[in-house]
Parts: sequence; C-alpha cells; structure tokens
Amino acid sequence: MLITDTNLSSPDDFYEALIETHRDLTNEQSHELNAALILLLANHLGDMALLREALQQARASVVGS
Amino acid sequence: MGDIDFQAMEFAYEKHADQSALGAARHQVVVVGAGPVGLTTALDLARQGVRVVVLDDDYRLSTGSRAICFSKRTLEIWDRLGVGQRMIDKGVSWNVGKVFFREQEVWRFDLLPEPGHRRPAFINLQQYYAEGYLYEQARQEPNIDLRWKNKVAGVTQTDAGVDLSIETPEGPYALHADWLVACDGARSPVRKLIGQESHGRIFRDRFLIADVKMKADFPTERWFWFDPPFHPNQSVLLHRQPDNVWRIDFQLGWNADPVEAVKPENVLPRIRALLGPDAQFDLEWVSVYTFACERMDKFRHGRVVFAGDSAHRVSPFGARGANSGVQDAENLAWKLKLVLAGLAPETLIDSYSAEREYAADENILNSSRATDFITPKSDISRSFRNAVLNLAKTHPFARSLVNSGRLSLPATYIGSPLNTPDADAFTGRMAPGAVALDAPVSVNGEDDWWMAQLDGSFVLAVFCGNTLPDRDTQSALQALRMAPVPVKAVLVVDPQCDVAGLSADLPVVADREGCLAKRYDAQPGTAYLIRPDQHIAARWRAFNADAVAAAVKRATGHA
Repeated sequence: MLITDTNLSSPDDFYEALIETHRDLTNEQSHELNAALILLLANHLGDMALLREALQQARASVVGS
Repeated sequence: MGDIDFQAMEFAYEKHADQSALGAARHQVVVVGAGPVGLTTALDLARQGVRVVVLDDDYRLSTGSRAICFSKRTLEIWDRLGVGQRMIDKGVSWNVGKVFFREQEVWRFDLLPEPGHRRPAFINLQQYYAEGYLYEQARQEPNIDLRWKNKVAGVTQTDAGVDLSIETPEGPYALHADWLVACDGARSPVRKLIGQESHGRIFRDRFLIADVKMKADFPTERWFWFDPPFHPNQSVLLHRQPDNVWRIDFQLGWNADPVEAVKPENVLPRIRALLGPDAQFDLEWVSVYTFACERMDKFRHGRVVFAGDSAHRVSPFGARGANSGVQDAENLAWKLKLVLAGLAPETLIDSYSAEREYAADENILNSSRATDFITPKSDISRSFRNAVLNLAKTHPFARSLVNSGRLSLPATYIGSPLNTPDADAFTGRMAPGAVALDAPVSVNGEDDWWMAQLDGSFVLAVFCGNTLPDRDTQSALQALRMAPVPVKAVLVVDPQCDVAGLSADLPVVADREGCLAKRYDAQPGTAYLIRPDQHIAARWRAFNADAVAAAVKRATGHA
C-alpha cells in the first residue's frame, strides 16, 4: 500500500530543500531534474505494485480518476 | 460602555520637568516607541517595580487596522499584565483555518484541537484596539511616564548607560538612561542613530489590504485561497475582525502600481468579485504593502536593546510580527529588572539577545517558507505548489506540505544557557526552554487556570498527588520566597487531597481534571522551576532545595 499519510518527519524542511534544488535552473533543466529524481526514487522503491499506485494517484491529481 | 475611537485620539504634548533640569535627568529605563511592543515592555517593567520613561515621536496610536492576529501566547502575556481579558472581550476568537485551491476546499486545520486552555489559538483585533487597551493600562500605571512628541535625535553610549538628546515642540533636552529599549519599529531611528542595520531578504511582491465593513455570514475562520476564480493566479486571505470589519488581503504581484491599486475604482471590483456584484460594504482601510524578512545581527548593543520590528521583520503570513515583538518584551523585562536591582550580572541581557535572535530566526524561516509557497518564484516552484494543492484534496501527506502561513507559536529556547539540562527522565513537551502549557485548575474551590498562577516571579510547581509534603519540606519550600531572587512555590494536588493544615504561605492548586500532571509528565514529587516569563527553567523528579537554588542562579545568568 502506498503511504499517503504524512511520513516525512519535517515536511517544511523537505519542501524547502526540494525548491532549493531547482534554484537558478531553466525550465528545461528543472523538468530533467524532476525526471531524474522520479527515476532515482522509483528505483529505490523497487516495488512495481507500489509504483503503479503512485503513477495512478499522480495522474488522478491532474486529470481526475 | 461604548467603544473608544482610538484612531481619533490625539495626545497632547506636555512639558516635563526634565526639560528644565540643569543637567540630563537620569532614568533607569527609557523605552522608545509607544506601539504594542514598547507599551508591553513598559507595563511589564512597571509591574516589576521599575520606573520607565516611554518616548514617542508621534501623538497618536495606530492608524488603520495593521496587525490583527494576536496569538494565544501574546494573550497569556497580556493576561499577566492585566489587559488580556479586555482584548478577548473585544476580539474575535478563532482556531480554524481553511485552504482553498481554485474552486475547491482542500484542507481545514484546527490550531487548538484540545480543550483545557484558557485562551484560544488566536484573536483578531485591530491594532488600534490592542494599542488603545495597552495605552489605557499604561496611563494608570504610576511607574510609567509617557511622553508624546518626544523624538530621539541623538544616542551616545557611555560606560554607565546612554546619553540621549530629545527633540520636542519646545526645543531639545537631554536625558540619561541606564538602559535604552528601542521599540521604534521597522525603520527604527535609534538603529540608524547607532549606525546599525538589519540584514535579510526583500520579497518582490505587492499585497493589497482592504478592510471592509459589512454584514456577512462567513464563519469566524481564516480562509485562504490559492488561485481562486475571482482573483486568478494570485492568493487571497479573508479574516474577520470586530465591529463587522473583514480583512481581505489580495496578492497583486510585483508589477502592480501601488498608487493605482488603492484607488476605490480599482479596489471595489476586486472585492465585488469575491463577495458578489450586489454585496453591500464600506471600505474601512486600504493599503498596499511589500515586505522583507530580515533582522539585526545582534539585538543588544551595549546598553541599547532592540525589541519588535526594530530588531526583526517578517512577512505577514503566520502572524509572527507583533506576536514575536510582545514575546521580546516579556523576555527582556524581568531580566532588566534583575540587572537593575543588582541581582543578576549585566550579561543576563546577552541571553535576551541569544534567545530572541533564535526566536527571530525561527519566525523568519517559517514566514519565508510560507511566502515562497504562496508566491512561487519560478515556474517549477509553482508546479510543485499546485501539485501539492491537488494532492491535498485526497492525500493527508500533501496537507502537511500546504503552507498558507505557519501560524505563530512561541519559540522553545533549546540550548539556552539559562536552562538546566534534565538529569531525570521526562517525556512530553515541557522541556527546559519551552513555554509553560496552560491547564484547568482550581484554587480554594474556584475554577481557575494554571497560567494565572505564573504571575511574574520565579515559580516552583511541586506536584504532590494525594499526599502533602512533610513539615520540613513545606518549610524549605516557604524559605524559597526569602531568597534574593524569590521563588514562589505552588503545590499541585489531586482534587480529593486534604489540604487542611497546610501553611497559608504555601499556595496550592488542585489539578481538577488531571490535565496539568499529564501535560507536564508529572508524578508525585515532580518539581518544575518556571521563569518569570513562563518558560521552563528546570525540572526534577524530586524537590531538592540546593538544586533549585543552582537552577535559579543559572537562569539569572550566574552560571
């Protein structure tokens, strides 16, 4: 099961670090960074069922389910 | 009694005998600025028996609503100074906030989800009421000497204090202050006069405040919209104030023309877009603002101490400006009093700097993060923000990332040199450096609140359960009051505990719901030493007079 309750110990610290990682990048660079980040995290997770669930939830957040 | 129109009040300049004195009159403390921070500082010092001169270059209180959110912590401080109830009676109490994204509500939060606190998370109250009530309290206080139209024009530090030159409508005069407390606002003239400045980050965005008077049936909650249909691509905040006044705060973007934006023909359509074309309302106050998050490197410069906006500024998201200034005031007042009385070394004032600089950093961090979330600085930052808001509709984890302002909470002075580190094991939030938590208690059978027992002296709370301390311990606890820095011992007992035969000199409160012991992780025997500003200084599983004496020494800067 994909964890969707808060699992980060400090959400604000994480969010600041995330935005900071993109500082001074062009839009294109930012998109590539995001793609790289997703691939890194996906590999770390490894579980295909979980990944499918995350993919589906992410898509639902922008186009509805 | 009807409400007083504090905005219309004008204070006459009065010539003071000091102006005819041959040399500079000498005062222990001079406070510059009669705003919420200056008046709180003066009231706290006055209650501790210190005479204070308050200088203000103006002759009026706040014009316009300005700061409107006063936090639970600020109310507790004003309770201690005898002015909290008036603020509560007039203010609008609230605990709940709602966040909307485009058309949809994405999140609702409760800032005070547990009962057993005297004060709500926040009240909304126009700054002119807050200042007005503080002013009226100060006017009745014989230790406060308030001088309007007295402008500080020169500040010279000497070994023994500060020499001031003051300008008045009748010409200049000189004063000597042992300590000068600069509560003179974001543009602090005193800061400039001593050649100091604030450093930080200026945000390139403009916001429009429109305070409108109307009958409306919005609930008493903080409503925050990201990208609403009535104000696309920007944010809007709606907040209720007393007298049917509503604060509406529109993000305008950096390119908005501040002169054009405040014209009624440009303000009214924005409000109608939110309220509907037929809404009936009057404009109370309109203002465009920009903001910075910045602070002075050091809040103490010799005998000049900075408090409030003169020392630090934040964005308004989080209500951390006026609230942190009031917390500065109370951190400083008891320390100055002890130094002036010769009971603490002058270096105790360095702990004011250290503790309040730490708090300012926390406030600046929180308010900068909220600002970055509300006004993303890049396309990618906006994408993440919108993704968070979309996910927040269904996923709890994303709600913890939504940041429409992390609302003001008092700092815990972790690592302060005034704290006595724990030697015994404790759990929970009441670690040394934290602000004491409130709880319902009863005193002589009457319902009361724990915070009301923490009255501006050091307090030793001794949890007794069902068994009173033996005679020797009672004597030792009473003796604490006779120390150079007096400590008031308060026994906390279970409601059924028999207190007959207890010495009248030992105050006792009943923990009527068991809430106090729970919040303080207390067992029978547990003792907490609480500072005059209601922060925890030390705690033990058993009372020991030597340990208490050592902790008081440490908390007064002798370590």
